[in-house]
Parts: sequence; structure tokens; C-alpha cells
Amino acid sequence: MTLLWIPLLTLLGVLIPAFTTRRGRGFCTLATATLPAMALLLTLSQVPALLDGELPRIALPWLPSLGLDLAFRLDGLSLLFAILILGIGLLIIFYAHFYLAAKEPYGRFYTYLILFMLSMLGIVMADNLLLLWLFWELTSLSSFLLIGYWSHWTDARKGARMAMTVTGAGGLALLAGFLLLGDMVGSFDLGVVLSSADVILADPRYPIMLVLVLLGAFTKSAQFPFQFWLPHAMAAPTPVSAYLHSATMVKAGIFLMARLHPALGDSELWGWLVTLTGMATFLYGAWFALLKTDLKAILAFSTVSHLGLITALLGIGSPMAILAALFHILNHATFKGALFMSAGIIDHETGARELGKLGGLRRAMPITALLTSITAASMAGVPLLNGFLSKEMFFTETLNTALLGGLGWLLPVLATLGGILSVAYSLRLVHSVFFKPAKEAPPKSPHEPPRLMRAPVEFLATLCVVVGLFPAVLATGILDLATRAVLHEPLDFHLAIWHGLNLPLAMSLAALVIGVATYGLHQHVRRFARQFTSVDSRRVFEGCIQRLVASTQTLTRQLENGSLQRYMSLLLSAALLLAALGVVQLPELAGSKATQSLDSMLLFGAALMIFGAIGTVVTHRYRLISLLMLSVVGLVVSLTFARFSAPDLALTQLSVEVVTMILLMLALFFLPQKTPQESSAGRTIRDLALAGTLGMVVASLNYAVLTREIDSIAGFFIANSVPGGGGHNVVNVILVDFRGFDTLGEITVLALAGLAIFKLLNRLRLFMPHSDGEGRLWSPDRYPMILTIVSQALLPLALLVAAFIFLRGHNLPGGGFIAGLITAVALILVYMARGVDWTQARLDFPYQPVAIGGVAIATLTGLGSWLFGRPFLTSAFGHFHIPLIGDIELATAMLFDLGVYLAVVGATLMILANLGKLTTPHRPTKETPGISRKETLLPPGTEASPPVDKDAPAITDDKAPQRPSKEKV
Amino acid sequence: MESLYAITTGILTACGLFLTLRGRTFPVVVGLTLLSYAVNLFLFSMGGLTTDGAVIIDGPNEYADPLPQALVLTAIVIGFAMTAFAVILAMRARGDLGNDHVDGGKLEESREDRR
Repeated sequence: MTLLWIPLLTLLGVLIPAFTTRRGRGFCTLATATLPAMALLLTLSQVPALLDGELPRIALPWLPSLGLDLAFRLDGLSLLFAILILGIGLLIIFYAHFYLAAKEPYGRFYTYLILFMLSMLGIVMADNLLLLWLFWELTSLSSFLLIGYWSHWTDARKGARMAMTVTGAGGLALLAGFLLLGDMVGSFDLGVVLSSADVILADPRYPIMLVLVLLGAFTKSAQFPFQFWLPHAMAAPTPVSAYLHSATMVKAGIFLMARLHPALGDSELWGWLVTLTGMATFLYGAWFALLKTDLKAILAFSTVSHLGLITALLGIGSPMAILAALFHILNHATFKGALFMSAGIIDHETGARELGKLGGLRRAMPITALLTSITAASMAGVPLLNGFLSKEMFFTETLNTALLGGLGWLLPVLATLGGILSVAYSLRLVHSVFFKPAKEAPPKSPHEPPRLMRAPVEFLATLCVVVGLFPAVLATGILDLATRAVLHEPLDFHLAIWHGLNLPLAMSLAALVIGVATYGLHQHVRRFARQFTSVDSRRVFEGCIQRLVASTQTLTRQLENGSLQRYMSLLLSAALLLAALGVVQLPELAGSKATQSLDSMLLFGAALMIFGAIGTVVTHRYRLISLLMLSVVGLVVSLTFARFSAPDLALTQLSVEVVTMILLMLALFFLPQKTPQESSAGRTIRDLALAGTLGMVVASLNYAVLTREIDSIAGFFIANSVPGGGGHNVVNVILVDFRGFDTLGEITVLALAGLAIFKLLNRLRLFMPHSDGEGRLWSPDRYPMILTIVSQALLPLALLVAAFIFLRGHNLPGGGFIAGLITAVALILVYMARGVDWTQARLDFPYQPVAIGGVAIATLTGLGSWLFGRPFLTSAFGHFHIPLIGDIELATAMLFDLGVYLAVVGATLMILANLGKLTTPHRPTKETPGISRKETLLPPGTEASPPVDKDAPAITDDKAPQRPSKEKV
Repeated sequence: MESLYAITTGILTACGLFLTLRGRTFPVVVGLTLLSYAVNLFLFSMGGLTTDGAVIIDGPNEYADPLPQALVLTAIVIGFAMTAFAVILAMRARGDLGNDHVDGGKLEESREDRR
């Protein structure tokens, strides 16, 4: 449990600044530091257990299905990093207390800082790869907040965004790598992964996985060629730079490589990739550190360089190289943390960071000068300081490694070259700031910082010296634990200053001497470097981002240009691709089922349907004819249903066909009668090809299904229809009982469509032709006598049929849907024969409540079963004897069907009647929504006029003036 | 018989799709209606083509598959609602925008090259 408290305390610490900022900065700083300090003590309390060879772990299941556990461990490597993170973090908290200006929101700063601390702790302590990755991403996020802390400053925003993009992209690669790794091993548990090196190395996916994981590590640790974000992240406040770029953020990648070294490190590929990247980074960083003139930029590039050094050591991978890497991590954190803080002090007290503006500060700030000199010397690798020890170990390892084979001598040469450069830039840093005479006075008159602001630097500088003098006493313990964690076995080593006169010592001395000389020739070096055009990495980066945005915008515009035709063709092409892929995979089109024989009626029906369909297309520019062709297809479809044993479908299709045709004809009246010829030949051919191919695919698919045996669930419905649903018409029983919930949803959709149409018709601006497409005026005989008489006689008959169809629906073809459609058609016929005025006077009620009432009845029937403790829509039925009529069967499903009936009648009439009323004063308007429309707002003259009389469009909209029709020939 | 049925469905699909690719609203609505016929026929045939096997239970018999029938029945009615909605929307678009092009907008010219 103690283990869980280490991150948990830090997590709680995130909240502390929020509660304490009001009580003053001093209080806030102390309060913020409390919880991390406790976490540090807890961490240290685990040391005895570690020394006993135990491995403290804790695992709580979090998302077991994903393999994600809340698992933490504290081995030597975690311990080393946790001490760095918490220890240097505490120093930074105190340092920031003095660094930040009085007006700056320090509470926010501390919150971000502790959040970052937590995410780093999470990375180093995670015992689960996915958990590690989560914390990894959290460091990207929290470092984004920290780097962009001065958000009013463009550089800070851009630097933060760049860091976020690069490390975030690396994080995604890392996730992919981890998923692969977890798949190879079969677990995301770190313990399992670390002990499965042989499985991982033997896996064919190892190279891909390794590259992905290393991408994550390299981006985070600013390795070449991803180093460019780090110098731009220097726009952060200096405490952030000191923390992120000395001890934590950039070390996360190093940590990851060290952590996974036992599992991934034992391969040629690892050695080559990691060592060469590390060496390249080492030299690149050192070279640019020598050329930069901004204090923090020099430190940033020197950080890049040292990270390269550590990476190269991890790449070499021998036990002593690992030891050297870990030792250098520790040393780098101490001297680089101190140097960043010194740079912050200089910046803070003089107001300048440019080397050109600084100089001779030795007199004004002697103690800072001393501290900076010590830490810079440590960075340069001057003997008797800690940096010297690990750097000499690095030289030794470059000499000993077998990597590069015959070219193996290159490594020590390059290492010495890097050493020379680091001596030169360290010397330059110290000399130009403190010893060289100043060219100009700095913006502020320099003086020593507050005593306590310097304290963290003093502490770290002292560490540099004492570790440098007594490495065996001070560093052996922690390094022993850490190397044991990486190597899985104790390493016998002895840290000492003096190893005798040997080659590494000569390399160190050469680096020192030549480094000093290089600094002497510094002006020449700079002049040499000036020949090369410098590339502003930020401009390149921003350019890339902008190009990416521009290209995605172009792509989006291509796909989404606002044209429905474009969308349709893309959609259909995608459908074609997917369906064709499916059909292609069939070994052969025809299945084993025997086909049935043809007869002449079938042939005739099919010919008629094909004729209708093709006719609809051919005549589509002459809309009325096209519509008539369409109705042919609809009628034959209904006959097809009848032919293939689906009487319910045939009846439904027939009545829907009638309703659809009336609807489309009514609508066509308000639309242009003809379609202009506007598609180019190429377009028509393209559409024909697309539609034709899709038609062929559909036909093949249909044939493939029809010639195969189907394992259907029909048996259940047929067997249970009578005993379970009390009805002999299985289709109807399915609709109102077995799948009643679906039907309820569907009548709801129907009612909603009706309501939406009612709303769309409201205040519709109309274009009405005074004649048909050929210029003939509409017939003045609006209500033909035969139709009037017949419809009147037909209405009661039709209603009777509807009632009959409805009642018998449970046992014979029929039911609510069909009865509703028949009723609607009968009523529409009356509207057509007698006109809206006449009908309206007799049928004076709105249809919306009918439709809604229907849905309500169906819903209540379903809810009713709850009263009897049954699930929604359970049906009951029974046989009753009624005198005179006889024995009848009643089922609650019938009540449900009544709801369906009413919904269909209401919705259909809502659509058709309201459409028909458009040309009359009864049309839907806002003033009279759905209530009696006897009173109209139209001027008296128009009220009685027939809708399409002579030349003048009779319709007026209350607001819109009369519009002349466009269709005048 | 099966091949004839499949060919008919395919032709109906092709005709419907071709019309949905047109540039004016009314042919598109007609195309959608034609397509819904094709889809209904296709779905209906998923239960196989049975002659003289209406699923009215009256003793031992070979019945057609009732499930596709029930699904297609509601599909027909919903298809009507959808056609109605689309065509009224087309009317509304013409009323509000002044033309019956599927892309709406007031600009008639330079439409062809945008596609």
C-alpha cells in the first residue's frame, strides 16, 4: 500500500495550490512542497526493502479486459528516477518561489508542476505498459501547459505546441509499439515483458516494434533528428526548463530505453540504432551549443548533447555501459539542474540572457560565479567532479565495444570530439558571462540573488563536488540497486577517480586541452559556421503543419463540395467496392439449391417490371410519364408479392402504391413538369456505369442467396403463432406481438414524418403552373360527376372493407397497416372528387391528434402489460362468446393494431390532405395550426376561387406577394 | 425463376440508382421510390421464393418465411413516409430557393463544373 501512496500523495498535491494561493505565496510554496516531500520520504523508506533484494509491487485491476492494471513497482531504476524527480522537483518549487514575478499566477504554475511530477513518477513506477503509456501522454500534456505557461508570448505558445506535437506523435508510435509488444508477450505486465526477451527477439515483428518504441523514446528525449523541439521549449520559465530538461521530461525517453533494455536490448538492431542515434545527437548538440549565444539555448543544446551521450551508452549496452549511463543520468541531473537555475538567476538579476550583453559578472555576483564555474566544469568533465567520472566511463566503453566492427575506432574518436566541444562550450559559457569584460551594461544592475534562491544551486553544486571526490561512498549504493534492476543481476564495480594512466584518461586530457584551445579559436569557429545558412527549425515545422492543414482542407473540399450528386456517387462507389469484394470472395455464384421452373406469367410480369423501370429512367425528363411508368413497377411488385405467398405484402404494396402515386402527382403539380437536359454525356455514362455495375452486383448477390439453403428462424414464429400469439396470420402476429416493439418504433417514425411534413408545408411559397408542360390549360371540370357519385357510393363500402380487413387481420391477410391505408385512400378519394371545401365542411377535424393518438394507444397497450407484471408489450388473448354474433377471439394485440391503424390513417392523411389543401384557404398556416380553419386570413376575393383557374395562380401567401410562375411557356 | 427474379431486382436497383444520381429533385425522389421497390424485393427474397405457401396457419403445410414478410411490410410503409418527406422537402426547397436542383443554392450557372 505504501507504494500506492507515493503517486497518490503527489496526485493530491496537484490540488494543494488551488486551496492555498489566497494565503500568500510563502504559505502556498510550503504547502505545495509538503506532499511531494512526504512522497520522497516514503520512497526512501522503501530502500531497506530494496537492499534486501525485494521488489515492492502493487497491482489493482483497472480495465482487466484491456490488460490495463493500476500496477506500480519500485525497483532500483524506479528508485533512482523517483529520487531525482521528487528531489529536484522540491528544489524547483523553492527556486520558482523566488523566480516568478509577483503578479504571475504561481498557483497555476505549481499545479502544472506537480501534475508533471505525478506523470513522471507514474512513468518510472508503472508496472504495466499501458499504464506507463498513459502517464507518458500525461507528461506531454502537462509539459505543454508548463512550456506555454507564459501564454501571452507567441514563442511560448509555439514552442509548447511544437513540443506537444513532436512528443505526442512519438507517444502514438510508442502506443503502437507497446500494443505490438503486449501482443508478442501476451501480457502488458512489465514483469512478464522483461522476462520474455527470448520470445520478443524471436518474433518477426520485433524490428517494427523496436522502431516504434524507439520513436517514442527518441522524440521524448530529443534525439536527432527530433531534437528541434527542445531548444524552442526554452520559451518556458527557467524553473520549468531546469526541471523538464535536466532531470525529468527528456529523461523519460532515456528511462524507457533503460527500462526495456532487458527485454529489447540484446540485438544488433538495437545496438546500431540506439548507439548511432546517440552519437549523432551527442555531436550535433555539442556543435550547436558552441555556436549559440543565448544562455538557455546553449544549455538546451548541451542537454541534447548529453542525452545523446546517455543514449549511446544504452546502445552499447554492456553492463559497464549501463552503469555509466545511469551514473551520467544522475550527474547530468545535478549539474544541468544547477546550471539552468544559475542561468535563471543571471537572467533574473541582470535582465539579459544573451552572451553579448553579459560579461564581468564575477565582481557583482561572486558566489553565483563560483557555483556556475563548478557545475560547468562538471559538465565539461574536469577531474575531481562527478561529470568527469561518468564521462571517462563513457570513453572507456566506446573503446571496449565491438559495435561497428572494423570501424570500431570511430566511436572513441567521435566521443573525444564531442568531449572537446563540450569543454569548449562550457568554458565559453562561464568565461563570457563572468570573466570577459562586459561590452555593455546589462538592463538591470546585477547583484547576488536572495540567499534562498541560490540555495538549490548550492546544494546541487555541492553534490557535484562531493560525488566527484567520494564516488564510491556516495553513489555506489543507488547505482548498485539501479543496475541490478536493469541487468537483473548484481554487477561488481568500483567507482574511483584514479584508474591509472590509460587511454580514457588520455582522451579526457586531450579533450580538455583541445577544448580550451578551441575556445581560444572560438571566433574562427563561428566565422566558419556562419558560411552555412541556418535553418530555423520552427519555421520548417510550422510550414509542415500548415501544409498538412492545407492538404487536408483540399481533401475535405474534394470530398465535401456541397454537391449531393458528388456525395451520392462517392457513397455508391464505396458501396460498390464493398459489395463487389464480398461477391468476389464466393467460390461460385450459384449454390446447390435446385432452381424452380419458369412460367409464362412470371416472364410476362418480369418483362413488365423491367419495361416500367427502364421506361421510368428513359422518360425521366418528362416527369408525369416517368411517374406513370413508376406506377407500373409498383403494381407488378405488388403482384410479385401475391405470387410468392405474401398476401399481406401484396395488399400493403397495392394501397401504398395508390397513396404514393397520389402524393407524387400532387407534389409534381408544384414542381417543374420537365427536367432540363443538363448532364454532360460523360457524366451520364459515368452514372450509367456506376448504377449498372451496382445493379449487376445486387443481382448476383440476390441470385447467390436464392440458390442457397437458408437456415431460417421462421420455424419459431410458425410454431408459436397460434399458441403464443393467438393468431393464425403469422406475419400479423409478428408485427403486433413478437416484434411489436419494432412496429411501435415504425409507427412513431410514420407519425413524426407526418408532423415534419405538416411543418414543412407551413407557409410554403408556391410555384404553380397555369397549364401543363405542353401549354394546355388545366381542365375547368374540377369535380367530374362520375367520380363524385362513385366516390360517394364507395366511401362506406371502403370503410366497411377496411373494418373487415382490420378485424380479420390476426387470422387472415390484413391488419392495421392495410386497413389504415385503405381508409386513407377512401378519404382521399372523397377529397379528390368533392374538393377540399366540401370535405372540410364534413370532416372537420385535424389529423395530427389521430396519428399521435394511434401511437399513444399502441404505447399504452404495451405499458398495460406492466400492470400485470409482464414485460413491455406482452399480449394476452382469449375467446369470448357474444350472443347473436358468436364466438370471437379478442387479443390485446388487436388494441395495439388499432393504434397502428390510427397512426397510419392519421399520418397518411396528414401528409396527403395537407398537401391537397395547399391550393385552398385551408392550407396550414402558423395562425391556425391544426385547428379549425374555417376562418381564413385570405382576402375575400380569393376565398372561393378555384385553385388553378385560368392564368392567375390562385394561391397567395399572407406575407409573400403573388409570384408569377416560372413555367409559363 | 431465381435468375429472372435476381435480374429484375438488379435492373430495378440500377434504374433507381441512376435516377438518384440526377441533378433535379423530382427524378431523385422517383429514383428513391424505385430503389425502395428493389430493396423490398431483395429483402423479401431472403426468405426464399415460395409458391402457394402463405403463412396462414391451417394445419400441416409448407409455409413461406414470415419474418422477411413482416420486415418488408413495415419497410413499405416507412418507405412511403420517407418518399413523402423527401418530396415535400423538394417542394419546400424549390419554394425557398427558387430552383429544384438537389444542391439548392441560388446560383444556376457554373454548377456543372463544381461537381
